[in-house]
Order: sequence, then structure tokens, then C-alpha cells
Amino acid sequence: MRIIDAKTITDAVRQIFLDISCKLADDVATAMESAWQQEKSQRGKTILRQLLDNDRICRKTGDCVCQDTGMSILFVEVGQDVHIEGNFEEAVNQGVREAYTAGYLRKSIVEDPLYERKNTEDNTPAIIHTRLVQGDQIRIEALAKGFGSENMSAIRMMAPSAGEAGVLDFIVQTVKKAGANPCPPIVVGVGIGGDFESVAGLAKRATLRSVFSRSPDERYKQLEIKALQLINKTGIGPGGLGGTVTALAVNVEQAPTHIAGLPVAVNISCHAVRHGSVVI
Amino acid sequence: MTKDAKDRVIYLTTPLTVDKRVRLQAGDRVLLSGKIYTARDAAHKRLLDQISNGQSLPFALQDQVIYYVGPAPARPGRVIGPAGPTTSYRMDRYTPELLDRGLSGMIGKGDRSPEVVAAMKRNQAVYFCATGGAAALLAQSIVRSEIIAYEDLGPEAIRVLTVREMPLIVAIDAYGNNLYEEGIRQFSQE
Repeated sequence: MRIIDAKTITDAVRQIFLDISCKLADDVATAMESAWQQEKSQRGKTILRQLLDNDRICRKTGDCVCQDTGMSILFVEVGQDVHIEGNFEEAVNQGVREAYTAGYLRKSIVEDPLYERKNTEDNTPAIIHTRLVQGDQIRIEALAKGFGSENMSAIRMMAPSAGEAGVLDFIVQTVKKAGANPCPPIVVGVGIGGDFESVAGLAKRATLRSVFSRSPDERYKQLEIKALQLINKTGIGPGGLGGTVTALAVNVEQAPTHIAGLPVAVNISCHAVRHGSVVI
Repeated sequence: MTKDAKDRVIYLTTPLTVDKRVRLQAGDRVLLSGKIYTARDAAHKRLLDQISNGQSLPFALQDQVIYYVGPAPARPGRVIGPAGPTTSYRMDRYTPELLDRGLSGMIGKGDRSPEVVAAMKRNQAVYFCATGGAAALLAQSIVRSEIIAYEDLGPEAIRVLTVREMPLIVAIDAYGNNLYEEGIRQFSQE
């Protein structure tokens, strides 16, 4: 058994959010440069250039890349041979609290969703997904999710007969309905299978994959490629003002499901998929 | 209508009187200077509550521009934190009333409802878009920031900003021409 102090978790969470909020991930920065090369709309090119300039400014000043520094979401894999000394969830929330204060990140969480909507003023509580795994380590993957794109996401419980064509159509229609709102170019996470609740998680986790990674399953890899081609034919383009680069990537994650079901979730991220991971 | 590489650049100063508004066309690149007001979801709700209660508003709307933004906190010695646009459709419910009371322009991102566009045409108002995600870049054009109302709303408080050559694009002009629709139509391969 390995003993891990809760403070270690706090420090790790704090550091991840400070790191991911203030620059584009390397894969995204590379993809944005090639998007700039490929984009056929002059206006679209100008917008991509502004976003690349924005990243450059942030790397110099330490500013956050977007004022919406997001809701803090954590996927934590806890080794079953680990003993955590202290309160695990409080340790995670303390890390979030410290990062959003020290990093001059915007606090965007309201306590009650429907009535008072009073800001908690420290960006907590975080959403924490915990999974028990083998081993004596803790792996933390963190995502700062902006809501301009989160609001444009959708779930549909499809009939199995909908097939690949139905899934592709749902993905493309979701992106078209979103239009300019999620700050294109976007990264599209798609979950297929599981149940109503888990399919959304699959879609969200899919956005965390590199924009250059393709599904190891050849059929789903082809699905990712087809979906990306269709999305980039919509004409939405950078900033939604028309162009040929609407998405940088479509990442699909699948899971077993029920004989009666074909759940599909589309989780949209803006280009700045702010995520990172650490192993303790 | 949609122009592309040869878009003209227009230097514009607030207040945005009607003579300035009617000359703008969807697709124009604008460098905006002067005072603008910030307001997003919660501030809009309060503004409309004040109107329905017959109270006076924290600032006069006539010929003014509202920027839909909730900035990040300012670092020490800085005017404001990163401050890019938030998605505009969430303000659609409130916007026609503000336009009918004199508001002349909005800055945000994303398309507007038919009701907003109708109210814009009725009042010869203009909707500008700023690049979503270019928050640090846009903050560089903000030279002054002061909270004037609803301080308890934190990032959603109403601020008066002084901007200098803030880079914007006319997304919907006073005639209802809509760059979101026209731009997408131009590049659609469906």
C-alpha cells in the first residue's frame, strides 16, 4: 500500500489548471497553423491568425487564452493500492480554488442553477469522475470546459436501425445548429453506445484525445474521417463567418450498449481544448 | 453582399449615432474606439427587471454599444484580464427591448434571433462580432475599465470600458444583412 497525502493531490490539480489555461496545447497549436494554411476564406484566415496571435500573447504574459476559463472537470484513476490521507474531493476542490485565484482565472460557477445563480467565487465545485484501477498510482486528467461550446452539445437515443448514416447526420446537424456559437474551429467528441448517462462521458473523454489521434478501430477511424469531411463542407468556417475549416478533428469513442439502443452524444469543444494530465 | 479579401476597414468612435450606423455594411472590418458598456446574462436580466419596475438604468442607452463579455480578473498593474466575447443568443430575449429604448449596437459572437434582427432594422442598429477565443488579444484594445453597476455579479458586473481600435467585424448591419448566413452560404459545399 502506498500512502498519498491529500495535499499532493491539491498541488497537482492546482498546477494542471494553471498550465492548461494559459496556452494552446501543442497538438492544437500545430493543427491551427495548418488550418491557417488550408483555409480558403480570407476572413477565416484573419480569424485563425488572431487566435494564433492570442496564443502567442498568452505565452508571453501568462494570461489565460480565453476569459471563459471553464468549469473544472477531472477524470481521476485511483490505484486500489493507494491510501489517501485526508479528504480526496476537498483536496481536488482546493486545487481548483488555488489555481483560479493564483492564475487570475475567471470564476464561472454558480451555486444554484435555476434560482439564485450566485457565483461561488472560487470556481468550485469541480466535477470529479473517479475510477478505481489496479496499481499504486493516481492519474489525474483535468479539463477546463468553456460553456460556449458545452451549450452546443447534444445527446440522442437513436434506434439501432439508424446505423452509420444516422449517426453521421446527427453529428453534422449538431455542428450546423451550433454554427458560430462554440467558437469554430471546433474539436468534436462523439460517444456511441453505453447508456444515456455514460455516452456523454464517452463524448467528453473523446475531446481529450489529441486532434491527430485516430481511433485504433479501423471502422471508427473511417467514421471520424467521414464526419470531419462532412463538417468541413458545411461552410461554417473560423468564427462561423464562412470558410473551409470548421473542425480540427472528430474523435469517436465507442462502448457496448443494449440490444434496443444506439445512444449517441456529441460534445463540442472550441479549438482551445484545455486539458492536461499528471500521474502521482 | 459578402465581401472577402478586399474588406474595407472603418474607424469608428462611440457614441454610435444613426449617421454612423447606416453607413456600415455586413462584412466591414471595424476598429472601434470610445466608451462601451459590458453586460451579459445576469446583468441583462437585471436591466430588464429595472425597466419593468419603472426604475432608471445605470447608464443611458441612447446611441450606446453593449459588449457581451465577462472578463477574467486583471493581473496587478493591468486594466483588465482577457476579455473576449460571449455567445450572443443568450441575450436575444432581452435585446429588442433595449434596442427600442435607444441601444445602437452590440458586440458578441454568433447569430441572433429573427426578433433581434427585426428590432435592429426597426432601430437602425448594428451587431458586431469579435473573435471568440481571442480574449487576450482583444483585452489589449481596452485602455480603461470601471465597474458602474451590479458589482456583486463579479465577472457579470456592468463595466464601462474605454477601447482603442478594437478589432470587430459587422456581422449584421442596420438593414438586416447577415454575414453569418451569407458567409456560410458562400463556402458551403453541401
